[in-house]
Amino acid sequence: MAPVLVLMDQSKASMETLTLARRFGGSVHSVRMDAIQPFAPDAVAAILALAANDLNASAVFAPGTDRGNDVMARLAARTGLPLAANCVDVAPGTPVSVSRQRWGGSLLESALLHSPRPLITVAPNSVPVEAEPAPIDVDVKLLLTQIEEGDFAVCVNDHMAAAGGKVSLAEAKVVVSGGRGVGSKEGFAIIEELAGLLGGAVGCSRVVTSAGWRPHSDQVGQTGTKIAPDLYIACGISGATQHMAGCKGAKRILAINADAEAPIMQNADYAVIGDLKEIVPAISAEIRKIK
Amino acid sequence: MVLAADSMSLETRHLGFTISPHEECGVEEAVRLIEANGGESVVLTLGPPEAAEQLRDAMALGIDRAIHLQTDGAEWDGEATAAAIVEAVRADEAASGPFDLVFFGNESADSGGFQVGLRVAHALRRPCVTGLKGVTVDGGSVRCEQDADGGRDVYVVPMPAALTVKEGLNLPRYPSVPGRMRASRKSVAASTPARPPARLELVRLVVPPGQGRRAEVLGSGPSAAPAVVEMMRKIGVV
Repeated sequence: MAPVLVLMDQSKASMETLTLARRFGGSVHSVRMDAIQPFAPDAVAAILALAANDLNASAVFAPGTDRGNDVMARLAARTGLPLAANCVDVAPGTPVSVSRQRWGGSLLESALLHSPRPLITVAPNSVPVEAEPAPIDVDVKLLLTQIEEGDFAVCVNDHMAAAGGKVSLAEAKVVVSGGRGVGSKEGFAIIEELAGLLGGAVGCSRVVTSAGWRPHSDQVGQTGTKIAPDLYIACGISGATQHMAGCKGAKRILAINADAEAPIMQNADYAVIGDLKEIVPAISAEIRKIK
Repeated sequence: MVLAADSMSLETRHLGFTISPHEECGVEEAVRLIEANGGESVVLTLGPPEAAEQLRDAMALGIDRAIHLQTDGAEWDGEATAAAIVEAVRADEAASGPFDLVFFGNESADSGGFQVGLRVAHALRRPCVTGLKGVTVDGGSVRCEQDADGGRDVYVVPMPAALTVKEGLNLPRYPSVPGRMRASRKSVAASTPARPPARLELVRLVVPPGQGRRAEVLGSGPSAAPAVVEMMRKIGVV
């Protein structure tokens, strides 16, 4: 069995990636995303290309994170190979069969990857992780000497730290979101209050961002932030496909909506029907009683 | 989402088409840069004849002219799409001079391949930075801001460059009536590239499991609050 090469970072998605990579059966070797500091995506792609050749790797995998997809597309371009991004399942073979996310995961595509060396990224929060032995680290020191200077032209030149103190939307255990039903910028006060009581983060739907009620950094959705909290509370959100693509990683969804037939009811675990402007403060008051 | 009978595409009879959110921000950014610095902007798409409507929409926002790589509606994978764009950009640059910047959406809303911009950049030998939420042109270089853990990473690359952008980069304007009228007189150069065989070959689309469940109703109105908090207690979030 030929070895498999995996690009790893600190994310849980990396563990999911290892789980799928092991399906190929060979020994699993890893290159770390932070192998080159400061981060230079073309140089990481060059390392992967060299390591894949040295190992005669049967496939190269990476997590479908921003950086994972970026580096793998660079690897695909420089090696002239096809790339299957955000896969949730793979079956080795000639060709390789993959199942991959479309529309932010609202649809899955069954596809055949015709390639001498399949390049695959794995969609975060899509694969049950199987605990298995750690991969073998590739020694990148030797490979570093073979990288061309031009591959360092794109690199992180600076980092701007976000204002501190806020719970990160992507990592919050609880997210309380508001949609069109919140009605105004000021209407978010009750959403913020409930999120604060639960130690969670505030989110919103795309219509709220477009109206200018909240910044885009609060947007949950396919083109906003993808979240994976223990509980997602969607207040006055109808549940458009674009929105659900961002919150389907939530373990449980509570929908608070005046419309018992809103599409979100098809994707929620719990629902409260009625006016969110009355229900949300009542929940906050109830939580205060037990704190 | 409803699939067509052959499960190879979405049933679109009752759907409207629009520019995807990431690309819409790319169009807006190009218009703003030209407004601030002068020059010309061009919008390009690869798609069926109906996609001409989205090209008109982009020109209504202020883009100067359009290139339409027409398809018969069949699926093009990321590699094939990128190759067609490379050829079109090369031909346009040979006739009209080089582009300082080429903008792409970070990933397409529908097929989500995450690769076209980077493939085009590689073929054109231009630096590429992806997923941008901030773009500032400064002399001959461009400062790029990308969301990263705990803030933003900043990249500075020389032009010409290719940039892939995300929604949130800017708040796109709405087209004005005069903008729409001007757009109807702007030029669309159409051509029909040949589609190579796909190496990422679509077999069928599937609606993922887990959709269509029914929510457990905890109550109606504010009197449902105790039941909500009881549920929160059970799952350990309070």
